[in-house]
Amino acid sequence: MAGLELLSDQGYRVDGRRAGELRKIQARMGVFAQADGSAYIEQGNTKALAVVYGPHEIRGSRARALPDRALVNCQYSSATFSTGERKRRPHGDRKSCEMGLQLRQTFEAAILTQLHPRSQIDIYVLQADGGTYAACVNAATLAVLDAGIPMRDFVCACSAGFVDGTALADLSHVEEAAGGPQLALALLPASGQIALLEMDARLHEDHLERVLEAAAQAARDVHTLLDRVVRQHVREASILLGD
Amino acid sequence: MKETPLSNCERRFLLRAIEEKKRLDGRQTYDYRNIRISFGTDYGCCIVELGKTRVLGQVSCELVSPKLNRATEGILFFNLELSQMAAPAFEPGRQSDLLVKLNRLMERCLRNSKCIDTESLCVVAGEKVWQIRVDLHLLNHDGNIIDAASIAAIVALCHFRRPDVSVQGDEVTLYTPEERDPVPLSIHHMPICVSFAFFQQGTYLLVDPNEREERVMDGLLVIAMNKHREICTIQSSGSEMQ
Repeated sequence: MAGLELLSDQGYRVDGRRAGELRKIQARMGVFAQADGSAYIEQGNTKALAVVYGPHEIRGSRARALPDRALVNCQYSSATFSTGERKRRPHGDRKSCEMGLQLRQTFEAAILTQLHPRSQIDIYVLQADGGTYAACVNAATLAVLDAGIPMRDFVCACSAGFVDGTALADLSHVEEAAGGPQLALALLPASGQIALLEMDARLHEDHLERVLEAAAQAARDVHTLLDRVVRQHVREASILLGD
Repeated sequence: MKETPLSNCERRFLLRAIEEKKRLDGRQTYDYRNIRISFGTDYGCCIVELGKTRVLGQVSCELVSPKLNRATEGILFFNLELSQMAAPAFEPGRQSDLLVKLNRLMERCLRNSKCIDTESLCVVAGEKVWQIRVDLHLLNHDGNIIDAASIAAIVALCHFRRPDVSVQGDEVTLYTPEERDPVPLSIHHMPICVSFAFFQQGTYLLVDPNEREERVMDGLLVIAMNKHREICTIQSSGSEMQ
């Protein structure tokens, strides 16, 4: 897009943020009463809703039961009204399947599946606004915590890009559509382990370190925020219970 | 047929061997298997053999109307199929997870990195563009499908020649190969995927895992790079240390 510069001379991005700044994040846990765990997160204009059921008996074929671990099942669905043009197939197409697989892989690494053999944990994510994988992972983390399923650590995700020699953290839709390199990173903050790393488009290998570092720092910032949300939720719940 | 499960003895043997930096086929940890590329009679047909893993690639083209939001760009379509002759476990209904993962990786590696100049595929803006279709078939599965498939795709695209067209006013003339020589596609760069298999939370790393090693690995990291040291795609599966 000619004339739309993603990073101005003074270091401001299209929406007025600095290079390493995250968008405004608001989150709520326990949104649905029926589900075991649920959470809603807003990251800028991207809104993600995650619902967790489990651990429960394996549905469908018993043969899929793993004798020593739980089965994690993830489904990603994006609302038809979420992107600029109305989407026709909300789930079942390749991109949604891939997202579901990636979420599953991320959470299999984080959830202590050994504690619940022969059971199944379902994670459903509904995302409005063709945004990113990061919001889904953050919402799913909160929902899993709300359900009380033991996890190794928070899973915090953030995206990062690279424009004009600077690494940008937390890309918005406009910055993604511009077509530069994009990195999505899911991190377990305490141990520094990477649960998932994905990158698109061309990036010279010398710049990889910087972009990775920016994404990791942003993920750690997200972790501080999510931690605060969880503590607040627990405090509210304990007040209601009269402790 | 269901996949035969790997016995615990074999699993332990493989992991112990990897800890001592030994591989079953005698390679070093960072060695690739032998790659053989052969071409078919048509333009755009190639067979890549990576050790015993075989992938057949075929490129074809067609004139279609372009997508509405990209009226001046051609369309690139990838399709990777795991044929039933590749492994007894590949059955028509059963392969969806692996298939989706591989297909999306191929699409991201080749389409998003813009290795083909799609603007040059435009014939009449908004009405007629070339649709290039790359079909990849896995003929034998001995590990590391992604690398073999990416090599097959890029080699087939380089080998392919499309028919020549000329536009005069409103008339579009498509020349047969006898009238005018077919024209090669304009390729900016050649991204090639390299797979790394992780064991024991990232302590041990192997390049180009074969089928047995793939079964016992903890995670897989695929990096696609081109000659200019640019990274086109990174994708990691499984948990690893930073």
